[in-house]
Amino acid sequence: MNLTQADFYTLLPVMVLTVWAVALLLVDLFIPKERKGWTAFLAVAGLALTIGFSLSQIGQESSGFFEMVVLDGFSTFVNILLLVSGLMGISLAYSYLKRMGIERGEYYSLMLFSIAGMMLMAQASDLIVVFLALELLSIPLYVLAAFAHPQHDSGEAGIKYFLLGAFSGGFVVYGIALVFGATQSTALAGIAAAALAGTANIPLMLAGSALILVGFSFKVAAVPFHMWTPDVYQGAPTPVTAFMAAGAKIAGFAALMRVFSTAFPSLAVDLAPVLAVLAALTMIVGNVVAVSQTNIKRMLAYSSIAHAGYILMAFVAFGNPAVSATAIAAGIFYLVAYALTNFGSWSIVIALEKEDGKGLELEDYAGLGKSNPLMAAAMTIFMLSLTGIPPTLGLVGKFYLFSAVIAADMYWLAIVGVLTSLISAFYYLRVVVIMYMKDGEPKTLSEPWLNLTWIAMAAITVILGFMPASLFNWASQAIMKLF
Amino acid sequence: MDFELLPNLVTFFPLVGVLILFFIKPDNKVLVRWVALATSLATFGISLVLLQNFDASNPALQMVTNLPWITVANWNISYYMGVDGLSILLILLTTFLTPIALLSTWSAIEEREKDFNIFFLMLEVGMLGVFMAQDLFLFYVYWEFTLVPMYFLIGIWGGPERIYASIKFFLYTMAGSLLMLLAILWLGINQGTFAVPDLIALGGIPAGIQTWLFLAFAIAFAIKVPMWPLHSWLPDAHVQAPTAGSVILAGVLLKMGTYGFVRFNLPLFPEAAVKFAPIMAGLAVVGIIYGAIVSYYQRDIKKLVAYSSISHLGFVMLGLFALNSQGIQGGILQMINHGLSTGALFLLVGMIYEQTHTRDFDVYGGLWKIMPVYGTIMLVVTLSSMGLPGLNGFVGEFTILLGAFGSEAIGSAWYAGLSAIGVILAAIYMLYMYQKIFLGPEGSIVETVKEHGHALRDLSVREIITITPLLVFIFWIGLYPKPFFALIAPTVDNLVAVLQAAMH
Repeated sequence: MNLTQADFYTLLPVMVLTVWAVALLLVDLFIPKERKGWTAFLAVAGLALTIGFSLSQIGQESSGFFEMVVLDGFSTFVNILLLVSGLMGISLAYSYLKRMGIERGEYYSLMLFSIAGMMLMAQASDLIVVFLALELLSIPLYVLAAFAHPQHDSGEAGIKYFLLGAFSGGFVVYGIALVFGATQSTALAGIAAAALAGTANIPLMLAGSALILVGFSFKVAAVPFHMWTPDVYQGAPTPVTAFMAAGAKIAGFAALMRVFSTAFPSLAVDLAPVLAVLAALTMIVGNVVAVSQTNIKRMLAYSSIAHAGYILMAFVAFGNPAVSATAIAAGIFYLVAYALTNFGSWSIVIALEKEDGKGLELEDYAGLGKSNPLMAAAMTIFMLSLTGIPPTLGLVGKFYLFSAVIAADMYWLAIVGVLTSLISAFYYLRVVVIMYMKDGEPKTLSEPWLNLTWIAMAAITVILGFMPASLFNWASQAIMKLF
Repeated sequence: MDFELLPNLVTFFPLVGVLILFFIKPDNKVLVRWVALATSLATFGISLVLLQNFDASNPALQMVTNLPWITVANWNISYYMGVDGLSILLILLTTFLTPIALLSTWSAIEEREKDFNIFFLMLEVGMLGVFMAQDLFLFYVYWEFTLVPMYFLIGIWGGPERIYASIKFFLYTMAGSLLMLLAILWLGINQGTFAVPDLIALGGIPAGIQTWLFLAFAIAFAIKVPMWPLHSWLPDAHVQAPTAGSVILAGVLLKMGTYGFVRFNLPLFPEAAVKFAPIMAGLAVVGIIYGAIVSYYQRDIKKLVAYSSISHLGFVMLGLFALNSQGIQGGILQMINHGLSTGALFLLVGMIYEQTHTRDFDVYGGLWKIMPVYGTIMLVVTLSSMGLPGLNGFVGEFTILLGAFGSEAIGSAWYAGLSAIGVILAAIYMLYMYQKIFLGPEGSIVETVKEHGHALRDLSVREIITITPLLVFIFWIGLYPKPFFALIAPTVDNLVAVLQAAMH
């Protein structure tokens, strides 16, 4: 068994981050209790370093560890997105943890481990590694969800997330087992080759892929596997929720995209309708249920479910070689738009959240337009972006996404997509209505990292809305390596 | 790669005002007002230079700016702006009405003036962009963007039911435009470009698909116009909007719908346009009669004017779908006329409302004696709105009816005949309103106002300055419409040639 430099180079960012996280866990022991801010800064340094390595890998392609992991344009794009999400997640958590009295150093190490898992997920080209990555990203998240111990809600969120996560992990493993049984391979390329050569047991393989799909649907919160989402999002500490909503979704979709378009293109005929229905259901249920929410965390939870539906929509065309590249590019472009807007809006939620868990009802936003015009303007931008109204990145994202759907001739799905966008306009606008058209005196927190996050996100959302070309180019070149 | 400064300068100049406003203290209301007004006046000035440079005899797009914007994979989106005979008058109408509307707010808007002016100027950018954009994606961006400031204008500074009205306005319009978005995407992907002139030149969309695309665009525009039966958002929005908002809503925003039909539906899908002409004309006629009858039964002045808009825009639609030169020219001119007359009506209603705080015309009566200047101006505008010869409304409606009578596409003179009833009905409800407010015995409102410590006064100098420019054009177009037609005609003739080809 010979490991070469190429093996390590392929996985370099993941390894750097993992080593850093382990070291941080040790270093943290020596950081005094009242100075846990240092841990946060060290974690940021680790992420920054890893971003550096990832940036240096742009344009590189390789595979390592007997083709179990792969480095390509797609994985680099997703890795960088995940690392940036991690940075934002820490900037949201920094003052929040202190304020809520739950500042413990493990928080940051756990985050780094989870991000490492997510990155591994984006690079996995073997089902075993996919499962390994899934567990590596999930276990720290279970702990993080319950991090506000001894708060009851948080503990409940952790347990719920853990039970359903373990359950969905079971689906994935069983699916992998069936696929292995059908094709004698766990490597994505091997599975595809077996299907192509006709040696695979197609019904068994189909059953296996369906089970894997179910498992990942739990992770990305697609209907009908979304039940855990509102409770967990509401109960978990808000920075964790923000991180989960972006990071776990990005990783889940990255894995779905890679596994399905590499290993199962031959099953597309059977799977595409299932995915289409899944996407439609997710968009409908997510948006419709969001309308009746009065708690901002729950509303954003349902909104994140709905957005999973939109991204799934792009993915329906995975088996059609003419459009699958565009579809995947549209999907990851939308993930960027979603992640940026998501962190922006969650950071404003944190700025209004009070110690005792108050300040999370929609009504608590009344009068924000007067008392803090800049913050209200930023929140308006995020809501418009989530709806897909110009001049925001959200519009460009939706445009790209719908164009992929139309290119795939899935007109009915596109119509479901736009009609549910219309429903979503109603509840996003309600936030704007409450901020500007109702009276109130909301107290907002002004904390440098938090302010930086929402101001930067608002600015980027608008600027990229006008000048999306470079991001587009990058996304459309972030192509998966095929074996 | 073309770049022409002028159209871009017109479109984005209001942003200069927005930038300055950001740095002014909200308490400094006088400065806020003057900065906004000066910006909008300067924009109007630049648009006059635009007119100066516009070659009326040239039917093609002029002063074109065409820069690549997003070109990735199978996408070809450009920043493509230009002016032609279809849009030049609407651009001028926008820059002309904005300062007037802003001037009218000086006494009406008391709260958060700075924000109001910022939103208003942003709205102007959006509207001008809609009329100049020649790329479908760019158009869509401007089109959707106008929703945002208007939503705030109604929602923050509107009447008691403002929140309901603003959301209804937003959702209705968005419902239509989302379907249009899908049609835009289809065109962009299958034809390889989003540029409208290129799409027209390319042509060749199969008739079956044209039908669907036509419908997707038509629903978006019909909601905006609004055509019967998609009009129900309009009365709510108008009644709740502040005066300046109503002026711009009626004057310009509704025209975005009718403009959309001429700019996109007719040239992009000529076969479908011919096919749908009788249906569209039928809906237009229903709108004319329905709007007129409902107007007659209103007791709220603003609601009456709002419903009369449905009737008047029915005429515009009838003219456009006559698909001949007279009809379309009349339709475009009538868009301007409606902007002027209805804009003036909303301003006048706003002026009296500021004094009386009621629009229920049962309490009015005999105002002529107290407010002679107001009464005279109102009379001119009322007559203009009902289409009296010598005033602007007549020219437009007459040309439209001529077009509709001789229209091969509509195929029957009945449509024009029935819509002529609308002209008579307009005279009835407009004069009825006028009589209720100004003639007869003094209404109870005179006493009510006195009880609050001040008597009704006639128009102030500022109010007269606000309204006079509108009156000038009401007479000008009514007496000598030739220069206006001259601006429109060459481009329309070109468009009609395309439509004629599709018909035979």
